[in-house]
Order: sequence, then C-alpha cells, then structure tokens
Amino acid sequence: MKSKTLQIFLSETGDIGRFTYRFFVEAFKPRYEFSELLRQCFYIGYKSLPLVAITAFIMGLVITIQSRPTLVEFGAEGWLPKMVSVSLVREIAPVITALICAGKIGSGIGAELGSMKVTEQIDAMEVSGTNPFKYLIATRVMATTLMIPILGILADAVSLYGGYLGTNIHGVVSWNLYWNQVFDTLTFGDVVPSILKTFFFGFAIGIIGCYKGYNSNKGTEGVGRSANSAVVISSLLVFILDLLAVQITDLMRLT
Amino acid sequence: MITEAKSIVKAELNSEKIGESIVVKNLYKSFGNNHVLKNFTMHLKTGENLVVLGKSGSGKSVLIKCIIGLIKPDAGSINVLGKSIPDLNNNELDEIRVKIGFLFQSNALYDSMTVRENLEFPLRRHKINLTKKEVEDLVMEALTNVGLAHTVDMRPSELSGGMRKRIALARTLILKPDIILYDEPTTGLDPITAKEISNLMRELAKKYKTSSIIISHDMNCVKAVSDRIIMLIDGVCYSDGTYEQLKQSNDEKIKTFFE
Repeated sequence: MKSKTLQIFLSETGDIGRFTYRFFVEAFKPRYEFSELLRQCFYIGYKSLPLVAITAFIMGLVITIQSRPTLVEFGAEGWLPKMVSVSLVREIAPVITALICAGKIGSGIGAELGSMKVTEQIDAMEVSGTNPFKYLIATRVMATTLMIPILGILADAVSLYGGYLGTNIHGVVSWNLYWNQVFDTLTFGDVVPSILKTFFFGFAIGIIGCYKGYNSNKGTEGVGRSANSAVVISSLLVFILDLLAVQITDLMRLT
Repeated sequence: MITEAKSIVKAELNSEKIGESIVVKNLYKSFGNNHVLKNFTMHLKTGENLVVLGKSGSGKSVLIKCIIGLIKPDAGSINVLGKSIPDLNNNELDEIRVKIGFLFQSNALYDSMTVRENLEFPLRRHKINLTKKEVEDLVMEALTNVGLAHTVDMRPSELSGGMRKRIALARTLILKPDIILYDEPTTGLDPITAKEISNLMRELAKKYKTSSIIISHDMNCVKAVSDRIIMLIDGVCYSDGTYEQLKQSNDEKIKTFFE
C-alpha cells in the first residue's frame, strides 16, 4: 500500500517535471501569444489586486497590534516600526500574497483548464491549428510569474501602511518618523530576496494550476479535484520554496 | 495484351485514389486491454457523406480523432488528402487541419469568448492577412449560413443547445474545409432541432462541396445525410452500403440498428 502511494507520488513528480520542461521548450519558441499573455496578466494581476491589498493591510495592522504589548514590556516600543517592517517585508507579505494567489488563481486556472479539457475545448483548439500548450499554459504560467511579484511589492507597501495605522492606535508616531524608521531598517538583504522568491512562488502556482487543469479527467468530478489539488499542492510548494529561500539567504549571509 | 490490361487496372486504381479524400488501412488502436480498432479499413470518396454507425464505445470517435491526429494509432495507415497523418510533424498537421473541419459532440465552443471571437479564432490563426472588414464579413457569412447572425455578440452560455450546435457548425465551416468530421452532431437535441441540424449539414455540404464523415446512431439523421454507411462492429468495418441496402439486410447485428 505504502509502495503504491510512493509510486504514485514519484510518477506525479516526474509528470510535473516533464510538464515544466515542456513549458520552457514551448514558451520561448515563436509564435508568441502576446495578446493572450496581456489578457492573463490583467486577470491574474489586476483582478487579484483588491483581495491581496485588503489581506496585506489587515496583516500589517494585526501584526503591529499584537507585537506592541511584548515590546512595551521590554521598554522597546520605539522599535515597533523596525520590527514590524522587517517581518512584513521579509516574510509575511510575500507568503500571504502567494497563499492568496494559490487559492484564487491556482484554483481558477485548475478549474478553467479542467473544464476546457472535459468539454473538448482544448482538442478544438488543437484541431483549429493552435498549440494549446503555448496558448493556454505558457501564457498563464508567465502571467503568474510576472504578476505575483508585483502583487507582492504592493502587499509590502499596503501592509506597511497597515503597520503605520496599527502603531498609531495606542501611540503617536508621525508619518515621517514611521517611514524613516522603516527605510532605515530595511536593507538590500531584506527586500531583494523577498521579491526574488515571489517569482518562484508565481511560477509554482502557475505550473501546478496548469498541470492539474490540463491533465484533468473523469468529467465534472475531475474538474473539482483539479481545482482542489491545484490549491493544496501549490500552497504546500509555497511553504517549501519559502523554506529553501530562507536557507539560501542565510547561507549567503543576507539575513 | 496482359501488360495493357494491367495498365488499365492501374489507371483505374489511380483514378479511384484521386477520388478518395481519406483512406484508412489496417488501423489498430487499443487503450490498455480494450482493443477498440482491430485491422479497421475504410475510405471516404470526395464529395461523399459517409456515416459511421456503431454502438456506443465501439471506437467511432476514436476513429475520427485518429484521422485528425488527436490520437495516435498503434498501427496502420491514415491518408488524408494525400498526406499520411501518423507521419506528420506538428506544423504539417496544422497545415492539413486547416482543410479538415471537426464538429465536436460537446460543441467545444470557447466559454470565455463571444460567438464572434469563437468564429474569429481560427481565422486569426490561419488567415492572418485578412483585414478587419474581411474577418467581419466571413464571420457574418458563417453565422447567416446557420441562421444565427443576431447572436454574434452573445456568449455560448446564453444560447440553447441547438443554437450552440449551429454556432459550432459555423465555426467548423469558417475556414471552408474540404472535409468535415462530425462527432454525433444530433446527440442531446430534440427531434425537431436534430432534423434542422441534419438538413443544415446536407445543405452546407452541397454549398461548400465538402466530403464528410458523420459519426451517429440517430437513425433519422443517418437517413437524412448519408450517401453511404459503414458499420463499425467489434473494431472492424463490419458492413458497407447505402441506407436502403443495409436496411434490407438480414444480418442480426445490422438489423438491430434499423429496427
């Protein structure tokens, strides 16, 4: 029983590897589907913006409010903007953005491609002389890889603004003082690795959503399963990639 | 004398070959232990409407998917308009697919696009030199042919089953293909709409001088559209003839379809 599970796991990992390889082969070969890429960037980036912004704002506010009592206890209340900015920019904003996108975009791609597969729309595309992998997969994976870092930067900014409001609920910190402290604290080693890892988060969310949708079967039940497993696997991958990113940053002494 | 006779036979064979749009020989396809096609052989003459009749799961859809290159056969040859389909690379397949229309059982209209965008999609891929006005004219011509010009800005989800089938037919015909493959065109439609679709298929085949393979087990549709019928039973071409010929057959397996 265990060996069968392991076999399924290894076989699926191999299939995802082949799917990723095919993405690299197809994505950089002409003909390029620019209009579809732009359309996907609009749906993936612009349409996810409000959700990411609201979540990031709440996270910034909540982290600040919850960190305050501990710092007050040690007489280090003045360190609140510094501490909050590092934790938000390095970890919370990129990971929360990726998880929100894994839920919203990963499931959307999985369900959309899955339903296209079971209703023969992907076959129809192929018989009309369009490479469905290039048109549907390459564009979506590129769009998630490009848009999630932009959403992550936006989430950084909005969560820091939430942190500013959180700081001012019980204390008084001027707008200038707050942002001076934030920018004095943040270094190259905080900002760049955190942005870089969001590219990998975006790629993982796109490739898993597309893989699950494109290989969907068993009718409408399969569509639901594709969407569900796209979210589960891409969320798990976000945490694994985050762990790897932290280790690499630590090894490079950027922490 | 013998040489002369041989050359006459050869010339006849050549002329017959010229008149054949599709030739399938000794085709095999299995899915695991399920042997769907076993040494299947058939041909489609140019300008002919050929119906492939058989039970559900007998491999009819697999056959036309092999013909258009969506499924690779295990063995055998498929020759479409002089090209051997299993030997073509992706670019060559795309070229030959422009000459073949495929009407899917589920219509396969793109849900995220309007009717106009659905019809424009193949045009933008294959007729890239067309102006905006020419594309618009072709779209409207295709929609007028199926009597649904007013639906141009609607989405597939806003249309009835019969309307979706007509739009799918319009999309299939927009590149003016030489051959059309129909996968159960009247399945899931009420008898009146099914009759309308059958008549439309017949009219459009005459208008555009297309050859067609029609997969169906709707006998009213079969009667209305077929010039010739082949029966796919147990993975082989079991019988071949016109509707009237097969209807008069005493073979039990054939009789079941016509009762």
